[in-house]
Amino acid sequence: MTTEHLDGNALAGPLGEIFAVDVTTCTGRCASCGLTTPVASLHVYGPEPGLVARCPGCDEVVLRLVRAPGAAWLDLRGTVCLRVNLPD
Amino acid sequence: MRRRLEWRAAELVKIVDETGTARTLRFRVPGWPGHLAGQHVDVRLTAEDGYSTRRSYSLAAPADGDLVELTVETVPDGEVSPYLNEVMEIGDQVELRGPVGGWFVWRPASESRVLLVAGGSGIVPLMSMIRARRRAGSRVPFSLLYSVRDAERRYYADELAVPEPGLDVTYLYTRQAPPGSSRAVGRIMLDDLAAGGRPAVAEPDCYVCGPTGFVEASADLLLTLGHAPERIRTERFGPTGG
Repeated sequence: MTTEHLDGNALAGPLGEIFAVDVTTCTGRCASCGLTTPVASLHVYGPEPGLVARCPGCDEVVLRLVRAPGAAWLDLRGTVCLRVNLPD
Repeated sequence: MRRRLEWRAAELVKIVDETGTARTLRFRVPGWPGHLAGQHVDVRLTAEDGYSTRRSYSLAAPADGDLVELTVETVPDGEVSPYLNEVMEIGDQVELRGPVGGWFVWRPASESRVLLVAGGSGIVPLMSMIRARRRAGSRVPFSLLYSVRDAERRYYADELAVPEPGLDVTYLYTRQAPPGSSRAVGRIMLDDLAAGGRPAVAEPDCYVCGPTGFVEASADLLLTLGHAPERIRTERFGPTGG
């Protein structure tokens, strides 16, 4: 990808609208290449028409988020799993 | 567990000019829950016709009760920054939500050395870390490399000129250096990151913030020098700013 991108830190606000945990500190596994990396380190394109987060290793899409009036759409098909840090 | 994010009303209570194009805005945000150094906020402006737009800005200082500070660079033709920097007056309000972002943060309890690498306005969250270190009385060695076009473009110049034990500040001028500077002007290079007692073997936590190209280049140089990927944290300012 040659377009300028942001990174997963920029997802903190939009995802904070949905989740009660900070998803940017979660570790995610890319469904395409298997790279395991903090959500904050994903390469993020957008914000219009939506936020698209790509794997820093293989550039495949791992997360997409669109905020529409009255709803948000979150597509996680590029993510195998998320490790969420939680207190005991 | 924290609650989901909500927009809060923020009243502008103080303005400090940093450069010809940047200023620090202090807001009073009733009910502010506090934040960590490195975190940011989203700012939302809504026009009378209902059109609204938002931008993210890094917090420039540690939490001080319900007062928070942002340093905003005016982006010509931007939608939000010209309003914040050229239109807003003391007593005016915007909507603000946060703090957000728990990854690009420094915690005062950390005992690791710290290497801060700033490109232009990327200094803002790193300055918050420097101020948090000072406030906490931390003795952890901090080293700041601050890449900036020329001396006029420096944020927080007076504050960073005050000697502080354990804090090392180095400017990397990219266009014009003040008289007497030994380093040739230019972009950040391997030697800049390797010099000055910042070896990778000391295993510092590295925080890199700036425009995307600067961050990519700096992070690659740090990897080349042997810094472990998990010790390099990055935050990019993109083209969508403004």
